[in-house]
Amino acid sequence: MTFTFDAALAARRFEVSLSLAPGETVAVLGPNGAGKSTLLAVIAGLLRPDTGRAEVNGRVLFELGAGVHTWTAPHRRGTALLAQDPLLFPHLSALENVAFGPRSGGVPKRQARETARHWLAEVDAADLAARRPGELSGGQAQRVAAARALAVNPEVLLLDEPLSALDIHAAPLLRRLLKRVLAGRRAIIVTHDVLDAYMLADRVIVMEDGRITEDGPTRDVLRRPRSRFAAGLAGLNLVPGTVTPAGIRSAEGLEFAGQHDAPLVAGQAGVAAFPPSAVSVFLSEAHGSPRNSFRVTVTDLEPHGDQIRVRAGELSADVTPAASADLGLAPGLAVYFVVKAAAVSIYPA
Amino acid sequence: MNRRRDSAYSGIPRWVLAIAAVGALFVLLPLAAMVVRVNWPQFIPLVTSEASLTALSLSLRTAAASTVLCVLFGVPLALVLARGDFPGQRLLRSFVLLPLVLPPVVGGIALLYAFGRQGLLGRGLEVAGIQIAFSTTAVVLAQTFVALPFLVVSLEGALRSAGGRYEAVAATLGARPTTVLRRVTLPLVLPGLASGAVLSFARSLGEFGATLTFAGSLPGVTRTLPLEIYLQRETDADAAVALSLLLVVVAVIVVGLSYRGPAPAGSGSGSARSPGSSGRLSP
Repeated sequence: MTFTFDAALAARRFEVSLSLAPGETVAVLGPNGAGKSTLLAVIAGLLRPDTGRAEVNGRVLFELGAGVHTWTAPHRRGTALLAQDPLLFPHLSALENVAFGPRSGGVPKRQARETARHWLAEVDAADLAARRPGELSGGQAQRVAAARALAVNPEVLLLDEPLSALDIHAAPLLRRLLKRVLAGRRAIIVTHDVLDAYMLADRVIVMEDGRITEDGPTRDVLRRPRSRFAAGLAGLNLVPGTVTPAGIRSAEGLEFAGQHDAPLVAGQAGVAAFPPSAVSVFLSEAHGSPRNSFRVTVTDLEPHGDQIRVRAGELSADVTPAASADLGLAPGLAVYFVVKAAAVSIYPA
Repeated sequence: MNRRRDSAYSGIPRWVLAIAAVGALFVLLPLAAMVVRVNWPQFIPLVTSEASLTALSLSLRTAAASTVLCVLFGVPLALVLARGDFPGQRLLRSFVLLPLVLPPVVGGIALLYAFGRQGLLGRGLEVAGIQIAFSTTAVVLAQTFVALPFLVVSLEGALRSAGGRYEAVAATLGARPTTVLRRVTLPLVLPGLASGAVLSFARSLGEFGATLTFAGSLPGVTRTLPLEIYLQRETDADAAVALSLLLVVVAVIVVGLSYRGPAPAGSGSGSARSPGSSGRLSP
């Protein structure tokens, strides 16, 4: 009972082969124009590849090649699409939007509304049922759009940068919501944000120039990136641990003060995220709160744009070449990494 | 529709305003001249004469029938032209829009050679006992011929500005193409469809050349209001002016409806997304 996909589209220099286990969520990362949206469009049936084959649970989505020509229309595929733009039908209420899928599948009106109510409640939008899309905020609209996609119980849920159009307050809320509803569901999520991959996906695929350049468990890809793109993304420092009132405590016992991105309960599993550019390097312990200061040992130095990336185990910091020379940084040297609490975001894991 | 009440910067140079005023006058002046010329004491008897009422009723009925035909054929045409992708699409668009630029008399002659007694299809229809030319049906066909492009242009514009993204989402949610058309596409472009239909109605109401050529001028059968006005002008100028004013009033009401109509109907975000579609009048 798997999803297999193999397609080539010469006009877009697209050639991808992948498969998903039941209940597996895969994040697709990659630069603009890498073919991420093409991948979703081909799966959804909105774009026809030159050759290839795809099937889900034994049902052929398409099979195109020499002598074979099978093409399942988009509405028979069971692949709901949640895009960056909610695209709620403006003339229908939130409830009717969510009921649209079941209704189209032949479910009687009443039962479809029942299903719609269930899914609206599932995305914490039960009270929005009667609203028109024009009366919803961006975050509310995207929640309703998520309910609409889930209401058809898709065999593969396709998410195309579902959080990128939301403001910084609405995105974390929807991200947590997606984490909840994507659990145990087969989904492909195209994203620019490494945090989405980290939080939502079991597996990460990196696409570059229409091809998959990396494929593996999320943590492995982000910790030991082989592709240039993943390396750039993986620059984000991610420290998993246990949530404390002030921040997070890592497994190694390091305390990180940070900004709670969402209402968190002390003791639950969480992750602290901060960019290397927010990390300063000192030779002696710096004082002054609110700062996080850790004694680490430099393991590696590498150029990163016009900066030097200082790696110390799992953490990294960006410093200018001049600062690096002043400090005399070299592998093996013990230094202090300092990061402002304001630059550290704490998320539930 | 969006009357500006604040004094926001408009960026229109004064000389443009002056030229616009001259242009507006150019349209309004002849109408005003006509209103001045109306024989008001005799106005009511003139427009309620039997010939006038017969012509007006025929005009309204045939224009309504033509509008129905325009919607029936125009919606699929606009869909195919806006959303389709096939060889000869541009050519098809050119031909559908041809009646816009064609002299209506030429249209009438063309229709005559298609549906007339000796025409391409007319001969076959004649055998079947159907005679179209010089009948009320001919009036409807002539009006549909000249009015169809108005609906197609208006709706195609609305379809293009709406884009196909809602339809793609609807399809991935399991909706068959017919369901998508009925529940997504048509509601989304309803303002464009309504203004297209109103324009077609107005164009049908004013049709003269093709009607006269293809349908003739039989009182009560094919003599519509414009034909009646043209005939009256030779014998009774007062009657012609009074009827002209009647036609102006009907046209103003129709155009007024097309501007106002879509606003309350699509007052949600649908009309907000494409404010141009309801206000787009000139093709």
